[in-house]
Parts: sequence; C-alpha cells; structure tokens
Amino acid sequence: MNNFDALYAKAKDRIQALHELPSIKEQPIEEMLEKRGIERRDFMKWAAGITAMLALPSQFTPLFAEAAKVADRLPLVWLHMAECTGCSESLIRSDAPTIDSLIFDYISLEYHETLMAAAGWQAEANLEHALEKYKGNYILLVEGGVPTANNGQYLTLGAHGRTGLDLTRAAAKDAAAIFSIGTCSSFGGIQAAAPNPTGAKGVDKVVSQPVINVPGCPPSANNIVGTLMHFLLFGTLPALDRYSRPKWAYGHRIHDLCERRGHFDAGEFVESFGDDGAKDGWCLYKQGCKGPYTFNNCSTERFNQGTSWPIQAGHGCMGCSEPDFWDTMGPLEKPLQSRLVMGLNKSVDDVGTILLTATVAGIGAHAVASIFMNKKDEKEG
Amino acid sequence: MSNRRVVIDPITRIEGHLRIEVEVDDNNVVQKAYSSSTLWRGIELILKGRDPRDAGLMAQRICGVCTYSHYKAGVEAVENALGVEAPYNAKLVRSLLNASLYMHDHVVHFYHLHGLDWVDIVSALSADPKKASELAFKYADLPIATGTDELTAVQKRVKEFVDKGQLGPFANAYWGNGTYKFSPEQNLIAVSHYLKALEVQRVAAQMFAIFGAKQPHPQSLVVGGVTCVRDILSPTRLAQWLEKYKIVKDFIDRAYQADIVMAAEAYGTEESVLGGVGVKNFLAAEGFQLNRTEHLFQGGIVKGGDISQAFDIDDLKIEEDVTHAWYKGTKPLQPWDGVTDPDYTGFVDGDTVNGEAKIIDENAKYTWVKAPRYDGEAMEVGPLSCLLVNYARGNKKVQAEVGAFLERTGLPVAALFTTLGRTAARMLQTKLISDNAITIFNSLVENIKTDDSTYTKFEIDNDKEYVGRFIGEVPRGTLSHWVRIKNGLIENYQAVVPTTWNAGPVDGNGVVGPYEASLVGLKIEDPTKPLEVLRIIHSFDPCMSCSVHVMDMKGVELSEFKVNPMSSGASC
Repeated sequence: MNNFDALYAKAKDRIQALHELPSIKEQPIEEMLEKRGIERRDFMKWAAGITAMLALPSQFTPLFAEAAKVADRLPLVWLHMAECTGCSESLIRSDAPTIDSLIFDYISLEYHETLMAAAGWQAEANLEHALEKYKGNYILLVEGGVPTANNGQYLTLGAHGRTGLDLTRAAAKDAAAIFSIGTCSSFGGIQAAAPNPTGAKGVDKVVSQPVINVPGCPPSANNIVGTLMHFLLFGTLPALDRYSRPKWAYGHRIHDLCERRGHFDAGEFVESFGDDGAKDGWCLYKQGCKGPYTFNNCSTERFNQGTSWPIQAGHGCMGCSEPDFWDTMGPLEKPLQSRLVMGLNKSVDDVGTILLTATVAGIGAHAVASIFMNKKDEKEG
Repeated sequence: MSNRRVVIDPITRIEGHLRIEVEVDDNNVVQKAYSSSTLWRGIELILKGRDPRDAGLMAQRICGVCTYSHYKAGVEAVENALGVEAPYNAKLVRSLLNASLYMHDHVVHFYHLHGLDWVDIVSALSADPKKASELAFKYADLPIATGTDELTAVQKRVKEFVDKGQLGPFANAYWGNGTYKFSPEQNLIAVSHYLKALEVQRVAAQMFAIFGAKQPHPQSLVVGGVTCVRDILSPTRLAQWLEKYKIVKDFIDRAYQADIVMAAEAYGTEESVLGGVGVKNFLAAEGFQLNRTEHLFQGGIVKGGDISQAFDIDDLKIEEDVTHAWYKGTKPLQPWDGVTDPDYTGFVDGDTVNGEAKIIDENAKYTWVKAPRYDGEAMEVGPLSCLLVNYARGNKKVQAEVGAFLERTGLPVAALFTTLGRTAARMLQTKLISDNAITIFNSLVENIKTDDSTYTKFEIDNDKEYVGRFIGEVPRGTLSHWVRIKNGLIENYQAVVPTTWNAGPVDGNGVVGPYEASLVGLKIEDPTKPLEVLRIIHSFDPCMSCSVHVMDMKGVELSEFKVNPMSSGASC
C-alpha cells in the first residue's frame, strides 16, 4: 500500500485545488443525487467500480466520489473530425446505473455536434464562447482523424469554411487536457489506412500539446469515462504506454485475460467458423484472432454493460486499439504467423512474452496433431 | 431587393458533416437550396487490394450510427460475388440483428437527433403535469413515463437545469420559435420520453449485442455466415434477447407511436412541415427475411407520387453525376464505370443574413456527394419510400399499418408526402419491424431445433474474377455495395448509399435532388434562426459519412455482372 501513499496524497491535493476553483453549476452533486433519488450508497458503489477498473486499491474509492463532485469545474468540448460518430454512439451507451450519464449531465458538455440543439452560427458561437470563457480549463475530446493533405481541405467546418486541422489546433491551444477518443483521433484510423488518400493523422501528430489516446473502434464507454475520471482525480496524465494509452485500460493484452485462453494453452482451436470447436468456445487464434498483439481491457470490461464482446460472439479480435491495425493486422481472419516476432517486440511485459513463446510451440505441436485428426475425420466421414 | 443567402454549417444532430445553404426572397421564402457535404474520407479507395473477407469490417467503419448496415452489405456483396450462400440460421440472425438495429436507430433518431426540432424544452416548464398526464391517454391506451409523479420530476429536473443558466448541449438553440406547435403539456410528455429513450436505447443496444458482440460496430458476421453460434444455441441468450426486445417494443408502442400521433395532431396545420417532399419519385429495396418464404418489405419504385403502381428496379438505370461534386468528370456514369478523382474547389466569399462568410458557388462544384439518378431522375430513399413502395405493391401489413395511422389521425393519404409524413413513416416502419421481429426470432428458435449450422465453407480461386453486389434496405434507405475480386483481392469497391440519393447536388441536366428540392417554397420565420430548415433536413435522417463514397469500378463488363437479387440473405 505504501507505493500508493504518494499518489493518494497527490490526488487529495488535486481535489482540494479543484474545490477552490469556481463552480460552473450552483448545485452540488450530493444535492442532485439526492433529488434524483440516488442514494449515497449507490454512488459510492459506482466510485468503487471505477476504482477497481483503474486497478487502484480501495482506499481511492472515496477520492473518486470526491472527484465526481468537483467534476462540474471542468467543461468539455468534443470535436468531430473525419469519423463515423461511432465513438459518440459508444459514449451514449454509458451505463446501466445511470450515474455515468448523470456525471455527463453534470460535467458541462459545452460543444458536441451530435447532441447539441443549436446548429450553424449558433453552434459556432457556443464553441467560441466555450474556448474563450474556459480558456485553459476545458477538456478537449476529439473524435476522428485529422485530414492534413492539401492543407486539410478534405474537411471544413462552419460558415467560414475552416479546416478541421485549423480548428483542432486552435481548440488544443488552451485546453487543460486533450483526449483522443477512438482509434481515428488516436492514430488516424480507417481513413489513414493505406493509401491514406486524405493524409489523415492522429491528433498528437498535428498539435504540440500532450495527448492521451483512448483508442478502440469504438472504445468502450467505460474507457472513455474512466479516462476522464482519472484526469479529474489526479490532474495529471495517467501512466501511459508507448502509444500514450492509459495503462490501467491498455496495460494487458486481450489474450492475457481472455475467457478462451485455457483452450489456447491446451492447443484447442476453432478450425473453421461454425465447427464443433466453435460451438464449444475454443480458441480463435487460427481464425485470425489478434488478441495476443492487442492491448485493451475488452476481455474483462466487455461492451454494452457486459453483454458481450467479439471473442464471446465467436469472432477473433481484430486489434482495433493498436496503431495502423487495418494495415498491420490484416487479413483480419488469418493468423499473423510471420508477424509473431514483431508482435512480441511490442509487448510490455516479459512474463507474457515467455508464455506466448511457449504457446507458439504449442500451436506447432497442435498443428501436427490436427493433421492426423483431420485424416481420421475423413476416414470416418 | 435580391435574394439573401442563409448558411447553416454545421448542421448538428446528424452523423457527419453537412452544410445547407438557402436563398430567401423578401418574404423569407426559400427560392433555391444547396446541400454540401464537407468531409471526404475515401474508404473505398482504401478497400482496394485487401482480402475480400475484410470488406465487411472495413466498410462498417463508414458509419457508426447505422453501424452494421455496411458490415452486412460488405459481407453479402462478397458472398454474392463468390456464390456463397449462408445457412438459414445465419440469414435469420442477420435479419434479427437488422431488426434490432432499426429499433435502436429510429428511436435515437426521433428523440435525440430530430426531437428537438419538434419539442421546445423550455415550454415544458410551464406545463401542468397533472393535465399532461391525463392528456397522454389521448395518444396511447397505456402511456409510458407520463405519470403525474414522473412528469413532475422531469419538469423539476428541467427547471433546475434552465435556472442555472448553463444549458450545456441545449444552449443557444431556437426555443420559443413560432413554429414549435406542441402545447406546454405536450412538450412535457415528449421531454419525459426524450429522457426515457436514453435508457431504452441502451437496452436496444444490448439486445443487438447479444448476437452482434457489441454495438456500435458489431463483430459477429463473416463471409459464409455468422460466428455467434454459442449465443444462438444458448437458451439463456435467446431469453435475454426476448426480454430486452419486449422492453424496447413496449417503448415503441406506447411512447414513440403516441408521440407521432400527438405530432400529427399538433403540427397538422403547420405550413412549414406540410411541404418538404420536392422529389416525388421513391426507391426502396426488399428487406427483412421473416422465414423461408417471406420478407417483410418488398422493393420497387414509385414514380411521380403515383402510388397506384410500383415498378421493378433495373440496375442498368442507376447512374451517378459529378457535375457539381468535387470530382473530375462531366457525364453521368453507371456505378461500375464510375471514376473517382478528387477535384476540390472550395467555397467563395459572400454575404449572408448573418454577415460575411464562405458560401457555395452554385455554378461550380460544391459538395463531396455525387448525384445518383435512376433513369435520369432523382429518387428519394428512406422509410417513407419503403412504405410508399410497399403500399403501391399491395403489401397487406404495410397497408394496414398506414391505413390505421391515417384513420387515427384523420389525415389524408396526401399527408404522407410531407415532412410530417416522412417523420411519421419512420415510426410506422419501426412499428412494423418491431411487430414482426418476433416472427424472425420464432423462425430461428424453430430452426435450431433440428439445424445448428451457421457457416458455409468456401474457397477463393485466385485465378478467377468475381463480381457481386448487395442491395437492401438500411435505416436511412436503400443501400448497395458493389465489389469486384481479382487475384483473390478486392479489385474495386463501391457503395451507393441512402444519403447520397437524398443529399446529392443538382446534376448536369439541372435535375434537383431530394434535400434541395424539399426546401424550395419553405417560409422561414427568422432566417438567422432557421429551425424550419433543420426540421426538414433532419426528417431525412442525414448520414453524411455514409454518403461520401466514391470508387473506381472501371472496366467491369455488364455481361460479367451477376444480377442476382441479393434478397437471398436476410437482406435488410
């Protein structure tokens, strides 16, 4: 626990500092919760959930509750670049104890094109107002890659035909923090796949400020909300990996905690979609699963309030939270045999590497075994 | 005095990036209108040279709102090319997923994207919750989320929000505009449903994810079938689907339907929503496989607003024109001969009612969307087209649903050809789909008693060339994907999507598309706050990312083209 003491102290200072900022909204969150019939116990449960998700010890739970209470000090501006709006859609799926959306109500969502009532000049005025009034204090969230070819002409916004590139840079200038929500704003995404006709790039490639990447196509609502909570609590960037992804969410491979991992270790693989192995929930590695090369928490957090995730639904992971995955992970339904070494080089934990090496040998052995099995099947058939 | 220009950019509460410009005369009546998509991503160019099995997942990234539509289209276009037929179970699961998608998408569209064009949140503050609660029984036998206690709580919540003066996403909108026609009580009912719909859409997404893995961007379809075999064979998963289905259907029956009936009453005489259908040709494709023999919706074309007959679709008559789109080329081309060569010319300086701005030069190119034409004519696609085509085809289910709605609201058939009619058609389509989704579910349950196959194996012969196409209905209208495979890789890919049909610019012959035609003749109360324009454009449910697709299908001979009606799958 001692390791966390310094962090804990820092977080406490941070909350104190936030408390001293003027509130945007007059009503404290306790009052709001009470008025909406949400008991403090439920609220604390939610805070405990977030704490667990961020892999922090339970002593942090009250701090998250505190952080949520001061959340209204930080206005949010959400920009749409070259995107499909899937990340916004993911956000509105958040979450079953409606407390998450309550937090979003409570945080001041100053600009979000998919949700805002105003349009045109009035919408633009809202953005200008937010950037000016909350200068240095707003959180900028960007969804979508930024087209940069030919001076960014492939995306313009507003009556003055400003490019997305220009707008992103302007909004980044005075942001307290910048989060790239989704793989497109993190790494360029689908439009940046070869041959990248519009020169689309991740936000961190076009601004000089530090950017936290929350990739995924789309990222789960949990990862979006958790990243915000972390910032509110600590006021600093979370521990990040080499691609600026928060380690609490992207610190493990899909493979490490996969529900089908036992079958991988046992050399039990789905040989064809719909076969008996598929019906029994065997490992999808041979059907192109990129779980061993992909860092994300899907295997524990899942999607849509834990309803399912690709591997549960019998489809391999396609590596959607990794940079350039469309180009490096394809063909998506084939294993990356030749790229195994490269994948290992990317890994951040050596234990996983050793395990993976061991199981690669396992696949080889299994492949030999399955040749015999197939022959046997043929005879029987 | 000459016409004055109104620029609306960004059009918010849509998917993607859209600019609308109109010219109004001295009486603020729209004389001309222009629609411009301001983003190009080039996804089909990226698909070139990829493994055809990746087409579905990549094409899906065209859009995260009608997520799944392009996934299914990409998978089924490749299946069509390769001559692969997915097992019956897979077809039913795809159909079921499509039904789940519509039940999510149309609800979110009406309440969270389109709703604020009809509902004045601020007006709800002066409502009497008790009266509103009683009023709700006028529009539904068993209204939902409209008890006096609930409405009082909603009103209080909104009041506190407004009192703070910090409206967040509701700031600086058009509250109080004269074309908002709901009474305070009606507004309060609708606001309560707006909040309730936020909850229900989560359930609808879960319902989808049971067989789809996640929503948005599902991941359980493959060329040859579906992968969610364990979910299909699990009684628990089936029961979960049924449970969530009931919740969503309940909301559609008791809230969505009721609110449209309420809107028909309140807006029945509001001029600004009684136009809005400028192009009177309607195109729709077959959709929703119910069992081995039936589809819920048939396809076809209605011409000139004449619903006494419908015509079959002939692929050869589809062409795209780029005269006013930011691509090189001048004459209309069939999709398989289409060329994509970006040619951006931008906007020009000009005066608008809000001051200096960049405006469209209507004599030049002005959008990233091409102008699709059928036999030289513009076509509207979407729920309204689907209903009109099926009405004309004599589809009993559709005729009954439409007939009951008209009888209940006292509106004539002509009322369908309006903005109000378009918005009502989306609800009626949702109702038809949700009523019939259970048939699909039952077909699946029946079939898995004796058949657990979910996948058809296939080979891709690298020495062969394959050409295929998907055409079907998706939430925003008729979607088609066209694929050509050579050396085992995608040689060419093209998507002709619903919003392209609706949002395209004027063509080289001066034929105007649905968006632009829908706005002409509209009177705007205050051109600096053009709520009426937003309402009409939103009634089409724009999906701009979808619309901006272009591809090179050069050199595909017609003789190679398999014109095989793709209804084989659970075509949406």
